[in-house]
Formats: sequence, C-alpha cells, structure tokens
Amino acid sequence: MPELPGAGMSLLSADHVCVRFGADEVLHDISLKIDPGEIVTILGPNGSGKSTLLRALLGIVPVAEGRILREAGLRVGYVPQKLTVDRTMPITVRRFLSLPTRVTDHAAAEALARVGMAGQEREQMTTLSGGQLQRVLLARALLGKPQLLMLDEPTSGLDQLGEAAFYRLIEEVRAETGAAVLMISHDLHVVMAASDRVICLNGHICCEGTPRVVSTAPEYRALFGLGTQGALALYRHEHDHDHEDGHPHHHHHHHEHDHA
Amino acid sequence: MLDDFLVRAGLAAVGLSLATGPLGSFVVWRRMAYFGDATAHAAVLGVALALATDLPIGIGTLTVALAMAVTVAGLSARGWAMDTTLGVLAHSALAFGLVAVSFFPAVRTDLSSYLFGDILAVSRPDLALVWAGSLAVLALMAWRWQRLLTATLSEDLAHAAGINPDRERLVLTIALALVVAVALKIVGALLIAAMLIIPAATARSLARTPEAMALLAIAVGALSGLGGLALSLWQDTPTGPSIIVIAATLFALSTAWRRA
Repeated sequence: MPELPGAGMSLLSADHVCVRFGADEVLHDISLKIDPGEIVTILGPNGSGKSTLLRALLGIVPVAEGRILREAGLRVGYVPQKLTVDRTMPITVRRFLSLPTRVTDHAAAEALARVGMAGQEREQMTTLSGGQLQRVLLARALLGKPQLLMLDEPTSGLDQLGEAAFYRLIEEVRAETGAAVLMISHDLHVVMAASDRVICLNGHICCEGTPRVVSTAPEYRALFGLGTQGALALYRHEHDHDHEDGHPHHHHHHHEHDHA
Repeated sequence: MLDDFLVRAGLAAVGLSLATGPLGSFVVWRRMAYFGDATAHAAVLGVALALATDLPIGIGTLTVALAMAVTVAGLSARGWAMDTTLGVLAHSALAFGLVAVSFFPAVRTDLSSYLFGDILAVSRPDLALVWAGSLAVLALMAWRWQRLLTATLSEDLAHAAGINPDRERLVLTIALALVVAVALKIVGALLIAAMLIIPAATARSLARTPEAMALLAIAVGALSGLGGLALSLWQDTPTGPSIIVIAATLFALSTAWRRA
C-alpha cells in the first residue's frame, strides 16, 4: 500500500460539510480529503448519503454548510452509476467520447484500447452491454487526463466477473496515470481488496482508515450488521487468517471464493 | 423572383426546416413532444393578445409562446407530473386562444390560417422574418451544441463538466418559442409540433450520430415543405396539412427502409 502523502497536498477536501434536502439533513459534518494517487472507497448502506456526498464533492449538489476545496485547476474524471441513452438518440461510441470536449481520433482510440474496447468506435451506445458501457464511460473520463477519478457505484450493473475485472482496470489506470480514485460501493469484499482507504458513511462518517482497520471497527460492525458478516468474515479469512469473530458460514454471497 | 408567391412559399418552408430540424431532434431526444404542443397552442392566444394591443402578430405569439414555454419548463423542474400538466396547459391555451380570438371578427373569418398556416400568403417581410428567426435558432443551437448534447445525455455528466443543465434547458425553451412564432404563418398552431417531431423521427431511422440526425431532419423538413406545396397546388388541398402528410409519408418510408 502506498504511503499517503502529507497534509496540504490534497486534491480535494471537504471541510465540515452538511447537505440538506429541505429539512432533511442528508449529510452531517463531513470532513475528508483525497490525496494524489490514492484509491478511496466510500462505503455505506442504502440511503446513507454516499451518492449525495459524491455529487456534493462534484459540485452537483449544493452544500448547506462547510466548504469543499479543490486544488486549483483540478481535473476530475467522473463516471456516473449508469447512463441511459434514449433510444431516440443515435450516437456512436466515438461521438460520445467527444462530449463535451472534442478529442482527436487518435486519443479516442487510445482511451478505448486502455479500457479494453479497442476498435469499438462505430458501435452505437444503445447496443453496449452494461460492462461495455462502464468501460466507455471510464474511457471518456480518462480522456480529460484526470488527476482524480470519481466513480459512483461503477459496477452496480455488472456480474461478479465483470466487477472484479473492472476494479483491476481501475487499479491499472491508477498505476499508469497516478490518478487518485474516489469511488462509491455497496460491495464490501471486492472493494476492500481494491482500496487504500475506506470511508464508512451513514449520514456522517462513522469510521475510516485502511480496509483492515475499518473492518474491525465497531462502528462498521454496527452499521452493516449481521447481513454482511459473511463477506466481512471472508475478507478477514482470506487476508488476515483471523477467524476469531467472523462467521464464515453465515453469509448470503454464493460467489465469494472467486475474487482472491 | 421573390415576386412569385410560390417561390416565397418554398423559401419559407426551407427556411423553417433549418430551425425545426435540429430543434426537433432535441424535442425527440428529450421527449418534449407535448411541451412543443403546449407552446404552439399558446400561439393562438398570442394572436388574440397582439390584436387586442395592436402589436404585430409575431410579437404577440413570441411573447405568449415564451411565457408558456418558461412556465412549462419551470413546472417540470419542480417535478410536476408532466403528462397531465402539459395536457391541461396545451389544450387550455388553445381553448382560451380560440375564445379570445372570437372577439375579433376580422380574425374569425380566417381563423384556419392561424390553426393550419397559410404559407401561400407569405409576404416578403414574412419571409424575412422566417429566415431571420430560423437562422437565429440555428446559430443559437450551433453555439451551444456540445453543451446541449451533453446535458441531454446526462445532467450529471454535464454538471461534472461545468455545464449547467438548467441553462441549456432554457436555451431550448427560447429556441422553441422562436420557432413557434416563426412557424405559425407557415404550418399553423396545430401542426407546428408535427413539423418538429416528424422530420426528426424520420431522420432517426437513417442516422448514426446526433449531427447526422439533425441535418437529415433539416433535409426531410425541407423536402416535406416543398412536397406539400406541390401536393397542395396539384390537388388544391390545404398547404399546412399537405406538408405534414408528405412528412408522415417520408416517416413511414424511413421505418420501412430501416426494417428492410
């Protein structure tokens, strides 16, 4: 795991941020920072405000209190959770990559090759599978040469294999470009293996740290409860060889043995 | 050459398509068909307003169409059930317009020219207005094209790229009001929406990119205009509806061609 660079070099930080929808305080007193080159995952149950946090960091959702600080001239690449291209709009992969900033054919081809979609320029966006679409969205984000990639549950539409492959791709991209990655996930074990740092969210930040630290934090236990013990135990089982408080047989995931 | 009413009519039809092609494509992509209807129907009320205040008809229709378009856009941003809201607004605007116009006996006699257009009566100033309006809409859309497309594909992607989707929606709203004001004389309030949607839907079957669709929609619109004019002369049919008959025929052919 790479050393986290010192304070003051953060690409993006939130300083005591609150977000409200009407009277509802969706996010409460959030402070976090993203440093160059690190992979940070925001983890939280449904309705915990994780998408809202990402959208606030992107400037899509206004903050009610606190500040969001970006390094001057920060280049952000954003990969949304999904993109529904209306069937009435004809648009090729190539054309999509040029939105909103036009790119050269060469750059487009390179970005597609990077995400394993070489030569797919002429495909219609509406005919892509979920995994292909995610890759094209990533390619488009990479074309802006981002210092920070922000991904909102990028694998929610993918099967287990596709998911593992997508996270590998993210790690490769980070290794090649040095871009920091901030992503949201609902999937515990794959994400834990792929992240340098995990932020556990439930309206506020419950706990944060390395995957290992977070997975043993009582706040995290309380947040995810028994339903995720299987995945958690698996993580600990495979990475820590520590069985003391895991319940390896109490799980809902039938596919947990294929990510190692 | 412009002395010939047929030449003026033909030029008016072609000029109008320059605006309805690209704008109609957005109406189709963003599923704004009913929105177009509401705005167009409001134009009849604009005629009454212009007569009551001794303003030029164009100013009256532009004002009321703009008011209607902004109202509808505002309601949709506030999350109203658009299907019902637009149904109420579109038909109420038409009914109020027809009642209001009935107070002006002069208009009563040629009411059908406002409902179905009177392209054969297009004067030189009318023609100048059509081209000026259409070129203005075309220029506006060309200027905002990349942003409009991005915002149409995904508001989040637009936001993340520093584009304000609300502003782009306003651009389309203004363009729509302009087109309605310009098209009233040519195809009439009842058929303006058809002129927006049918050529764009026809182009959809044949295009692979948004730009190709917009350009093809211009071509289909112009061809329908000229064809409708010819049909009207040949069979002595009303010109506005004849234009839409040709457009609808081209649409049917394009779907057949696509299936073949």
